[in-house]
Amino acid sequence: MFNNFPLWPERASTMAGNVDALFIFLLVLSGLMCVLIYVLILYFAARYRKRPGHVAEQIEGSTPLELTWSIIPMGIFLVIFFWGAVIFFQERTPPRGATEVYVVAKQWMWKLQHEDGQREINELHVPVGRDIKMIMTSQDVIHSFYVPAFRIKQDVLPGRYTTAWFRATQPGTYHLFCAEYCGTQHSGMIGQVVVMEPAQYEAWLGGTTSGAPLAVTGQRLFAELGCSTCHRSDTQGRGPDLQGVFGKVVLLEDGRTVTADENYIRESILTPGAKVVSGYKPIMPTFQGMVSDEQLNALVAYIKSLSQSQVPTKSAAATSPQPQIQQVQ
Amino acid sequence: MSTTAIAVAEHENYLNKEYGIKSWLLTTDHKRIALLYLMSITFFFFIGGFFALLIRLELLTPAGDLVQADTYNKLFTMHGMVMVFFFLIPVVPATLGNFLVPMMIGAKDLAFPRINLLSWYLYMIGGVLIMHCMLTGGVDTGWTFYTPYSTAFTNTKIIEAGLAAFVAGFSSIFTGLNFIVTVHRMRAPGMTWSRLPLFIWSQYATSIIMILGTPVIAITIVLVAAERLFHLGIFDPKLGGDPLLFQHLFWFYSHPAVYIMILPSMGIISEIIPCFSRKRIFGYKFVALSSIGIAVLGFLVWAHHMFVAGMSVYAALVFSFLSFLVAIPSAIKIFNWTATMYKGSISYQTPMLYAFGFLGLFTIGGLTGLFLASLGIDVHVTDTYFVVAHFHYIMVGGVLMGYLGGMHFWWPKISGRMYPEGWGRLAALIVFIGFNLTFFPQFILGYLGMPRRYWDYSHMPEFQILNVLSTAGSTILGVGYLLPMVYFLWSMRYGKLAPDNPWNAAGLEWKTSSPPTTYNFDETPVVDFEAYDYEHIPDREVPGES
Repeated sequence: MFNNFPLWPERASTMAGNVDALFIFLLVLSGLMCVLIYVLILYFAARYRKRPGHVAEQIEGSTPLELTWSIIPMGIFLVIFFWGAVIFFQERTPPRGATEVYVVAKQWMWKLQHEDGQREINELHVPVGRDIKMIMTSQDVIHSFYVPAFRIKQDVLPGRYTTAWFRATQPGTYHLFCAEYCGTQHSGMIGQVVVMEPAQYEAWLGGTTSGAPLAVTGQRLFAELGCSTCHRSDTQGRGPDLQGVFGKVVLLEDGRTVTADENYIRESILTPGAKVVSGYKPIMPTFQGMVSDEQLNALVAYIKSLSQSQVPTKSAAATSPQPQIQQVQ
Repeated sequence: MSTTAIAVAEHENYLNKEYGIKSWLLTTDHKRIALLYLMSITFFFFIGGFFALLIRLELLTPAGDLVQADTYNKLFTMHGMVMVFFFLIPVVPATLGNFLVPMMIGAKDLAFPRINLLSWYLYMIGGVLIMHCMLTGGVDTGWTFYTPYSTAFTNTKIIEAGLAAFVAGFSSIFTGLNFIVTVHRMRAPGMTWSRLPLFIWSQYATSIIMILGTPVIAITIVLVAAERLFHLGIFDPKLGGDPLLFQHLFWFYSHPAVYIMILPSMGIISEIIPCFSRKRIFGYKFVALSSIGIAVLGFLVWAHHMFVAGMSVYAALVFSFLSFLVAIPSAIKIFNWTATMYKGSISYQTPMLYAFGFLGLFTIGGLTGLFLASLGIDVHVTDTYFVVAHFHYIMVGGVLMGYLGGMHFWWPKISGRMYPEGWGRLAALIVFIGFNLTFFPQFILGYLGMPRRYWDYSHMPEFQILNVLSTAGSTILGVGYLLPMVYFLWSMRYGKLAPDNPWNAAGLEWKTSSPPTTYNFDETPVVDFEAYDYEHIPDREVPGES
């Protein structure tokens, strides 16, 4: 009966140990605190129980004592606060060069797109020892991507990207849960993360029927949707040149600046008028309702690839077929 | 038997002055209104408790086999809504607060007796709406109503449930307003701010939160309704809205609401411990001001519910820090209550047993709050059973232990009868054991990673044993809660007549008859003593000793 009765979750990412360490520290600390309070209460209750001849001694209070039991806990709390904050910053700062996986959540499934074009549903295959960054969005309501064995959780919102990252340390199969209530089959929105040895992972990659790499799909869409007629690398483009833009700080028409991250690219496709780049007119039409979340991910991946040296070149992007979308002048 | 328990045979009091349904439904006597509240709130407690038992029964086995998924989702939603809006928020202020606030400061009634009655009617209108909503389909969003699920996806009765909370909210605002004005304007001569019983301080702090916080949830409900009905883009990104804006508005009220629930119970504990230790409270000023500190700081920590919601890391940092800060005043209270017992003369009647229970459970609830305030740990445990266990330790372990302790403490004053002491102690013990068995396993479940609001966990059979323990505990807890209701009712007819001051306690409410007359005091009392003046109260034997 007790062989399937764990009291501690599996520890399968680089982050898990850090979280567990702070958790154990807090367990010990609050255990001691509890014991102190309980022992005092029980001791006082027994030692000073009401009995004939025993009279309570009136004590008004003591400011030094009050200060002591305010300041000492405050000091301890500060330690917990800083420790927790350090772990949180690690959790929220994906390392450079992490392999990216795009996640689209919907009622009630997880859809995943790998950089190399593999697609999965409710399963994520990753190799051991590699940083994986997830760029996530939802098609409908709020969901939350939760892998207890990795100690990571991040809400997935409609209309924007949120990110999370991990580096798995132990091969195995781990629960993937939706942790934000999302409707009828919320408890059915589960899946698994399969962590594999690199060699097995390569075999898995080879064995899966994959489409084109995500950035290439994005490049094709970029041409099909007519983006490339305006976003050109020569100076006549009516839209800004997207070469090398990703990750840079962009000056806007109204004087503000914005970092060209995934969310900015997404917003600029869906709500182009929101943050117009300095020197350009707000003439771009919205693509809201014309591209799916998966296609958006591909476009984002393509635009990102323009800031890396390897993948598609601009000459490839420029050879576009006829634009299918009417320009609004 | 004590010599003071001379049967105070049927003197005229607030209970027997008038009879008939009209004399209750149109009363403006704060004590009768308190009893009206007591009955309606108890009704909702058992409705909410029934839903809780069904939830626990469903989770006994991993498969979703007792009810359908949609039914389960409605059960936890209605459990949360009923318990939060119709039980926990009003429970102490509207019953014991209503009964005791005027009496403790030497007043005849609250400042606005008719508004007091109106607040009960508003509560009942809200209650009828929520019952109607439940009986005609209910809501399935969770009591948190997160958008855009609540505004654009669910087809359940959001508007009606929202309206119920909206109307009940006004009842809470009126109660708060009434208490604040009463405490400012109607204190008896000599009842200075530094002589106020700590129960009054806690009700005062609670009232501040009620009148400042409740309008925000009312506005939020209106915005949800506007988006749902007229498709105004407020929270739904498809309409140009921001779903996080909803969470900020919702928690701006709903976090302070936790302090609306717990502060009054803390006030009760501050009355019980000095009485059964025969001592003035340790650090009166610090306990009083810590209530105000909690009320103020409580408004600045709401976003600690949103650390993984997609908020900026720097905002999370600020809210984490402030959440640690709000733990200090609670810690101060715990230490002062413990220190009050030092060198006291302690006896263990039922109210004191509940006070011990409160200290034990609230300490665990408070300490686990530190885990959740800590960013690195919160990411893993938020939205799991760890959170469920934590807030039940505060809201059930803390609030209910305090409330039941207070009910036993003041029952002789309210009803004029003594409850059976032996049964009282037994029930307190059953509640304590049942509570821990129900909720402690949930901490472990949460750290293991079991998410909240899961109807079915067939793919995670490793969670079953802890769930079985929890369900077993909930049946024990249920018995523990039924017992007091049974023997309180029994005592109204068969209980021993209560003397005016059975516990030999300090405080003005004990200087009037049990039950009190309609205007509480025959003549306005003059206060020339400090609160918890046990030094000058000669010791004598009280019921439940030896």
